[in-house]
Amino acid sequence: MTRFLTPLAFLLMVLFAAAPVVVAYTPFEQTMGLVQKIFYFHVPSAMMMFISAFVCGIASAVFLFRKSAQADRLALAAGELVVTFGLIVMTTGPLWGRKAWGVWWQWDAKLTSALLLWMIFIAYLLVRRFGGPGAEKLGAAMAIFGMANVPFVYVASMYWRTLHPAPTVVPSLQPGMRGPFWFCVASFAMLYVLLLTLRRRIEDQQASVEELYLALED
Amino acid sequence: MTDFLRVAWIVMRKDLTVEMRSREIVYTTVFFAASCVLVFAFALVREGRPLEDAAAGILWIAIAFAGTLGLGRTFERERHTETLRALMLAPSDRPAIYVGKLLGMLALLAVVEAVLVPLVGIMFHASFLASPLLMLALLVTGTIGFASVGTLFAAMLVRARSRDVLLPVLLYPITIPVIIAGVRGTAALLQATPDEPMARFWVSLLVFFDVVFVTLSLWTFEPLMTES
Repeated sequence: MTRFLTPLAFLLMVLFAAAPVVVAYTPFEQTMGLVQKIFYFHVPSAMMMFISAFVCGIASAVFLFRKSAQADRLALAAGELVVTFGLIVMTTGPLWGRKAWGVWWQWDAKLTSALLLWMIFIAYLLVRRFGGPGAEKLGAAMAIFGMANVPFVYVASMYWRTLHPAPTVVPSLQPGMRGPFWFCVASFAMLYVLLLTLRRRIEDQQASVEELYLALED
Repeated sequence: MTDFLRVAWIVMRKDLTVEMRSREIVYTTVFFAASCVLVFAFALVREGRPLEDAAAGILWIAIAFAGTLGLGRTFERERHTETLRALMLAPSDRPAIYVGKLLGMLALLAVVEAVLVPLVGIMFHASFLASPLLMLALLVTGTIGFASVGTLFAAMLVRARSRDVLLPVLLYPITIPVIIAGVRGTAALLQATPDEPMARFWVSLLVFFDVVFVTLSLWTFEPLMTES
């Protein structure tokens, strides 16, 4: 498990060093110009955020029904990454929105559901941090319910109005943009796997330290 | 199945009997809901006239706030007397206990809404009786949605530290769809010409939400309430 981490970290450094160059050579979008390039970091981060929410939800369900402590540690790592990638999404999104729509924020379906998913996982981290004994179970319920909640928020806020570009933007990208976009998605996916593994390893080691400590006390 | 319903019925009757004797939670929750309405009135009334659509929002926010208060108090009572542990020790289906608590909570919220709806109607010139059946459907499905998640979370939080703060922190993000659907559906009915197809759409969304979240709660109540 640990053997592939160092090469992965090295590869990632190369990828992220190359990313600005790759993105700089992409064609200019006609109406938005330079600001459109936010898209190369915004969309991959959003993808990782949603994937991470599902990882956290499923791991929480496994923890709850199988009582697997490992699944719980994976869920915690994934929950933290939802908030981290969510922060990237919530920072880059308004920067783009200000230029494209003229406002920092719109109550549109995608924005609302992303914001709410982010808030649910902040609440998840708050519970895990301040819930006291039994907080893992509370957190697990929060993650499962939060995951089930996303489609409802999406449908509900869709009936206001939708301004955010549809997901069909991605397949319709012109060739010069498609390559760099998937380059960025791949980089973010690898970054996600790396962070998830590292964070879970810290939790694993912390658990075994605690175990040893208890064994020593006995 | 009859056993399941019998246990749920007994748990609900127990809650209602305790409440009937002191009436503490009903009185405080209803008064709290009314003062919420008053607070909103200062923000959302200009020159003697309420803003358009304000009534729908105020009604649902007051329900959500009062519901949180009621949930917290109901389970605080159980915690204080250690009776939740006794309930969990009873040789019965755990989900039946959940259903019983949920029914008790729904009864409490029904009383709150019976006061709140006329109050908002009078103070914000809202004609809730324009399409009474759809309005009732919205209230019933919305309240079930809110209370189903709320009862589960309040029950889990009984053992947690800082439970008073954590209940709203956990509950509001999850119940946002209920609030959106309730507010939009009510607003559709309060228009000069009620938009009934729109309200029906929101009712069906709420029914779907209720089914998913009651199922999830029944499914997770047992492992969540088991002390390991």
